[in-house]
Amino acid sequence: MEKFTTFSGIAVPLRRSNVDTDQIIPAVYLKRITKTGFEDALFASWRNDPEFVLNDPAYKHGSVLIAGPDFGTGSSREHAVWALRDYGFKAVLSSKFADIFKGNSGKQGLIAGEITEEDTEKLWEAILNNPGVEITIDLVHRTATLGELTVEFSIDEYTRWRLLEGLDDIGLTLRDESSITDFEARRPNWMPKTLPAKH
Amino acid sequence: MTKTNLTLAEKVWNDHVVVKGENGAPDLLFIDLHLLHEVTSPQAFDGLRLAGRPVRRPDLTIATEDHNTPTIDIDKPIADPTSRTQIEALRHNAKEFGIRIHSLGDIEQGIVHVVGPQLGLTMPGITVVCGDSHTSTHGAFGALALGIGTSEVEHVLATQTLPLKPFKTMAINVEGKLRAGVTSKDIILAVIAKIGTGGGQGYVLEYRGSAIRDLSMEARMTICNMSIEAGARAGMVAPDQTTYDYLKGRVHAPVGQDWEEAVKYWDSLATDEDAVFDAEVFLDANTLDPFVTWGTNPGQGVSLNDVVPSPDSFTDPNEKAAAVRALEYMDLVAGTKMKDIKVDTVFLGSCTNSRIEDLRSAAAILNGKTKAENIRMLVVPGSARVRLQAESEGLDKIFKDFGAEWRFAGCSMCLGMNPDQLAPGERAASTSNRNFEGRQGKGARTHLVSPLVAAATAIRGKLSAPADLEDN
Repeated sequence: MEKFTTFSGIAVPLRRSNVDTDQIIPAVYLKRITKTGFEDALFASWRNDPEFVLNDPAYKHGSVLIAGPDFGTGSSREHAVWALRDYGFKAVLSSKFADIFKGNSGKQGLIAGEITEEDTEKLWEAILNNPGVEITIDLVHRTATLGELTVEFSIDEYTRWRLLEGLDDIGLTLRDESSITDFEARRPNWMPKTLPAKH
Repeated sequence: MTKTNLTLAEKVWNDHVVVKGENGAPDLLFIDLHLLHEVTSPQAFDGLRLAGRPVRRPDLTIATEDHNTPTIDIDKPIADPTSRTQIEALRHNAKEFGIRIHSLGDIEQGIVHVVGPQLGLTMPGITVVCGDSHTSTHGAFGALALGIGTSEVEHVLATQTLPLKPFKTMAINVEGKLRAGVTSKDIILAVIAKIGTGGGQGYVLEYRGSAIRDLSMEARMTICNMSIEAGARAGMVAPDQTTYDYLKGRVHAPVGQDWEEAVKYWDSLATDEDAVFDAEVFLDANTLDPFVTWGTNPGQGVSLNDVVPSPDSFTDPNEKAAAVRALEYMDLVAGTKMKDIKVDTVFLGSCTNSRIEDLRSAAAILNGKTKAENIRMLVVPGSARVRLQAESEGLDKIFKDFGAEWRFAGCSMCLGMNPDQLAPGERAASTSNRNFEGRQGKGARTHLVSPLVAAATAIRGKLSAPADLEDN
């Protein structure tokens, strides 16, 4: 995974709460077996609406999404993160994320930064006053800066460290392989086994 | 010395820590059971192949085909080429990595969250994961069951562990006795309406109290299934005699000495009396009505006896805006009686309500009745075995005589990845778990209901409880 330190790009105001992963990527797009090429699927249903924010030329090339609370609720589909990433998004800021979405983002190098509702409103206002304005995400200092306005975001320390270092989770876990083997030896016999299959 | 003030969730967690996280790192937890399906696994297997990694524990892993599978003509090749490719990818991956798979047509095929418990693989005190948010279903057994993303699926395949951040605990206390016509689906819809779709974020919920203890395993699974709809990481019920009675004798359940040892351990899992939850919620079962949703998230629900709420009744500006948008999408006017809402389709199925008990309870209401005009009813059992069981009890005949379509097992219209979809603008009473915009088809409108309400609605043609049928 690539290291992430700072990034600047166009800020997109998504003024909706409870944006579930069915809206981020409808189920029909989940039949693909690749991990890339989901840019067309992002907000596919909403993009049919000419008024939708990403259809505004000012935001078309956006890469930092500022959304209302409870972003990424519902289905665990990591495709939601892939679609955001493939479209070009590097970060999402919201006052509240669904747990699974937040976890999935961390695995794919998409920043899911939590900001206050007050700061969400401030950012929305600043963007709407200047559509197409750039925002800078600084993971080192956990700040988002848009012109004169700088807000702090929170992200859990471990995820931040991993993203700053560009470390892969599986590689990290396999450093503890001997502990896993020891644990396996201690597991009680009554625990479930799928093999050999019984019918 | 053992600490004596732990909750059920903390006990299961503690017994699975492989490496304790230090300096803010997450704990590394061992995963006892990994369930796979076709939609969220292909990219995980690709990752393994790219890194040259094997599946560490095929003997703790099992796959089934459910999300994409058709529910008619299952003996024919899958018509949709992309669905077929995805199913074939799962079959290929299972073969290459030595994983047990139950394919379409196999007697053990079905919705992944129906199959695990049915085989006796889901047990108290274990950790279960699946690349599906409704994995929380398995918490009904007192397992810690988590829905995960595809990167985590790959992680578990490679290491049989997951790094997990600590959680908070929330007690959902439901005391009293449910009235006739009120089910566990109504309990969970009421809980979500109460705490909101984000109310459970960061928490493992434990459902407690006399009303929960009185529930069957099927009913407990319905409740735990929708924990994710409150944003929770998992939902659990402490194991008891009901759990053991359900489990004993299932093909993969422990036997003999192993069973004795297991029960001894399971008996130790209940939350200690002096344990303290980080949050508590209380719900009175005695006064609970059948619950239905009116909006486009599962928290937008009311009593079936109520009316469509006005956006002005919400003080939170986000909730108010969401309500305005939801009413527009749902084509509903505030103040309309919920029981006056006409539906086009009734869907009985999904990992929430497709078990034998759900089918029995709906069939008991439909028996000898006539379907409302222009209503389409789809009955999709949760697994091939549930289908067979229902047929051996003659339930299929009741459904067919009523005019419902009797289908093969799968996720079906819950998310419409297969051809079972609603047309734009169509309205459904659905026993599934999500009423999101477009969930059951582009432009489709969903009201979440219990199997009893689904059945009564199919008879009256409008959202109804069984009690309303007597007025006809």
